[in-house]
Amino acid sequence: MTPPILKVENLRIAFGGVAAADGVELEIAAGEFMAIIGPNGAGKTTFLNLCTGYVKPATGSVLFEGRDITGLSPRAITRRGIARAFQIPQLFAGHSLLENVMLALAARHGIRQVLAPLDREAYRVEGRALLELVGLETAAGQPVSELPEGMRKLADIALALALKPRLLLMDEPTSGVSAQEKYALMGTLMQVLKTEGITALFVEHDMEIVRTYAGRVLVWDSGKVLASGAPEAVLADERVIRSVVGAV
Amino acid sequence: MPIVVLAVLAALVALLPAAVPWLRFVFIITIASGFAALGVAVLLRAGLISIGHALFYAVGAYAVAFLMRATGTTDLFLLLAAAVVVSGLAGLVVGAFMVRYRAIFFAMLNLAVSMVVFSLLSKLYGLTGGSDGMRVATPTLVGSALDREAFNAVFLYVVIGLFVAAGILVQLYFRSPMGEALAAVETNEVRLEYLGVSVRGVLLSAYVLSAMLAGLGGAIAGIAIGHVVPEMAYWTESGHFVLVAVLGGIAGPAGPFIGAIFLEVLRTLASGFAAETWNLVVGVALLLVIFFLPEGLYGIGAKLFRRRGAQ
Repeated sequence: MTPPILKVENLRIAFGGVAAADGVELEIAAGEFMAIIGPNGAGKTTFLNLCTGYVKPATGSVLFEGRDITGLSPRAITRRGIARAFQIPQLFAGHSLLENVMLALAARHGIRQVLAPLDREAYRVEGRALLELVGLETAAGQPVSELPEGMRKLADIALALALKPRLLLMDEPTSGVSAQEKYALMGTLMQVLKTEGITALFVEHDMEIVRTYAGRVLVWDSGKVLASGAPEAVLADERVIRSVVGAV
Repeated sequence: MPIVVLAVLAALVALLPAAVPWLRFVFIITIASGFAALGVAVLLRAGLISIGHALFYAVGAYAVAFLMRATGTTDLFLLLAAAVVVSGLAGLVVGAFMVRYRAIFFAMLNLAVSMVVFSLLSKLYGLTGGSDGMRVATPTLVGSALDREAFNAVFLYVVIGLFVAAGILVQLYFRSPMGEALAAVETNEVRLEYLGVSVRGVLLSAYVLSAMLAGLGGAIAGIAIGHVVPEMAYWTESGHFVLVAVLGGIAGPAGPFIGAIFLEVLRTLASGFAAETWNLVVGVALLLVIFFLPEGLYGIGAKLFRRRGAQ
């Protein structure tokens, strides 16, 4: 049996007495496309923060490809192969979209270059190809601060993809994206993830997106995993409807 | 564009003193402070203001004085290289601590450390000469001993050469992945860490570079004046470098040098025509630049160049 790409054991953390993760146990197999759903404040984003080192757990461990990454910095975890896209896009406002992607590419290839320019042929070609993949090639030269929210969201995902991660964690990838663009974005994203062999975990509030694209759904409630399984079964579960879907 | 500005500036600074010899010393000191301001400008790209870079200016100057006294080294290039190395090491030690802080904490801690060094230089009389400072003899140039006037004539061109070389290297650095990451520190540190980039590593390398530039400026000033004093590390000197960097602009390496020349000319004219109020004139000029030229004086040229490019 293939070992899980991500394994979480007895993960606990609380903020001011409110549990955001309360003894969470979880395994994600390589190649999975898993959605996390749950009401606001359930601890979904905190879980991503725990997995990527932004928050250290009080107890428990996070294993990536069998190795313990608990307590490591976001930088160290990123270097091991986990990339992240944020709920609020995290971009470099002073740079153009292509420069943002080129900076991510430079980070992957080694940032410690002090005399060769960032703006070089190899990065330009790879950067433009990546932007084409997420449908942003026409905005390559634009400052990211001038892009609409949906495009900024895609740009944030493009930065994560530029790192060629083995596991991608996304926090509400379709929020801020127009209703008609959501499915195009997710379709493209699924194709890229499959082609590149990237396992993904995404927090989502749109149940139709979850139903259409997730291979497995994890329901989060008050820091605990309430249910887990195939979307059809989980989304039809009485408890889930009552505590989560009804609250969304 | 920055290279063109650098070349024009270098030509101007090279030709003028040939016609007006007394300008040599003024230009050398101006370029020296331009080096230190360039060091400040490097950190300003990450949004960090150091009000303590006179520390490295003094370290560079005293490194020359100590090296001359302790080892008898007189070769100009050896002295300058040693000053850059010593300043870089000082930058590494101080920077390892400083890069943990941001905003006002970064500014004030730099100020505090520079004032500690100022006090040490003033109080350790037996070692540093205290407030009397240390003498710096006229160095030799590739084995040739020259009198002060002849030395300064050659030294000016050496300094201009260094200024062009440093300007080009800093410009290459600004455009490199490390330089772009430095600018990205100001806009999004979190994303940089989530790209696997060490923000502290990026800042530390910039801090060391800025210390080396300030140290080179201090070494040049010490050699040109022939004397080093603790006031080189005083906070007003640090403030002067920040003022020069902001006046000139930080968009390109030529900015701080433009700022240094502008301030020197302004100071000379203001003290000549308004001796009692020259500080006021300088202050008003700074306010005008801040309000109307957010990119500094360098921004005027850059804007014109962009407009011509667009046409």
